This record gives sequence, C-alpha cells and structure tokens, in this order.
Amino acid sequence: MMEKVLLLALVLFIVAIALSLYRLVIGPSQPDRAIALDTVGVNLLSAIAIVSVLLSTKAFLDAILILGILSFIGTISFSKYIERGVLIERKRND
Amino acid sequence: MKTNDVLLQFTAKLVFFMIFLFSVHIFMAGHYTPGGGFVGGLLAASAIVLLILAFDLKTVQAGFRINYRIMVAIGLVLALGTAAYPMLDGKPFFTHYFDYFDLPFFGETSLHTAMLFDAGVYLVVVGVTMTIIQSIGEDE
Repeated sequence: MMEKVLLLALVLFIVAIALSLYRLVIGPSQPDRAIALDTVGVNLLSAIAIVSVLLSTKAFLDAILILGILSFIGTISFSKYIERGVLIERKRND
Repeated sequence: MKTNDVLLQFTAKLVFFMIFLFSVHIFMAGHYTPGGGFVGGLLAASAIVLLILAFDLKTVQAGFRINYRIMVAIGLVLALGTAAYPMLDGKPFFTHYFDYFDLPFFGETSLHTAMLFDAGVYLVVVGVTMTIIQSIGEDE
C-alpha cells in the first residue's frame, strides 16, 4: 500500500517535471525559462526524497541538500545574467 | 542605473556559512558515508562563488586574501607527502596508518592518514575551481 502511494507520488512528480520542461521549451521570455528550471530542480529534489524513502536508505539525503544548494546558486546566476548581462563584476561602480 | 540588491547580499552572507559548514561536514563524513574531499571542495568553492555573485570580485578577494594557485600547490604537496611518507618507513608507497585516540572533547576517535590525503584533494579542488572562475571573471 505504502509503496503504491510512493510510486503514485513519483509519477505525479514526473508529470510536474514534464509540464515544467514544456514551459522551459516554449517559454516566451528568458525569466520564464529560469523559473521553469528552478521548478524542475525543486521537483527533482522531492523525487529523490521519494526514491530515498522507497529504497529505505539515508544515502541520498546529502544529494538532496547538494541539489538544493546547486539549484539555488544556478537560479541566482541565471537571474543575475538576465538582469545585468554580466555574471561576475570586477568592481561594482555604484 | 543604480541597483540595490540588499536581499541577495544578505541571503548570500547567511547562506555562505551554511554551505561552508555542510561542505566541512561532507568532507569529515566521507570515510563512512557518501561524500569526501571532492564533493566537499566543490561545495566550498560554490559557497565562494555565491559570494562573488552577490558582491563583486574585488570585494571577495579583499575579504579572503587567498592565492588559490598556492592553495593548489599546498594540496598537491599534502597528498604527495601523505603518499610518500611510508617509503621513509620502509613500507610501500601509499601505505596508510590508522589508530584510535582518546581525544579530550570527542572521546575515542579513529584517526586515519587517508584524511590528510583527502584534505589535499579538498584544497586542490577548491583551488582549481576558484582559479578557473576568477580567471574567467577577470577577463574584460
């Protein structure tokens, strides 16, 4: 029973990722794509948590945290690139 | 245009310590759980990258004052020294030593020279990643 519920949740996460990927492909503007990528990251993280429960192991918990950190930094760099056009500034002039 | 990203800068200052602590945890726990020097080094580098993204290159360089090329050299010397030390003892290259010690605060702890090798890997990964990112960022 529990396994069926977890598998159903996994399928729903896959559907959510597929919908986000659709938005990623057709997204009219660049911020749409950045947010779609962030949503894919969060859904992937939750899917890893479900898989970790399904396999009854604690080995993936570090991977969840690392994926969260990397998705955060990736979203910040995408948004900074979209807003400023430059990722790493030499010296801020304001 | 004058930009004001106080949210990003405050979050970066706060999250930097979380990522750095997690990187140290992953580095220390690498012997018994997933992780180790490589992932820990990449996480520490990504913490510094987050600071560079929120602030600018000169501010972060003034704050850390680390020459990452020398860091790579120190890491390589540490790894090679750990590997080469048993040869002076008459043992094969890369022989590792371990023993149990009764430390005052941690209780009985097993210390292993593989950790020194891993510290070398950590320093090399942080140094190489930061060298690449700084070289790309300084390019005008």
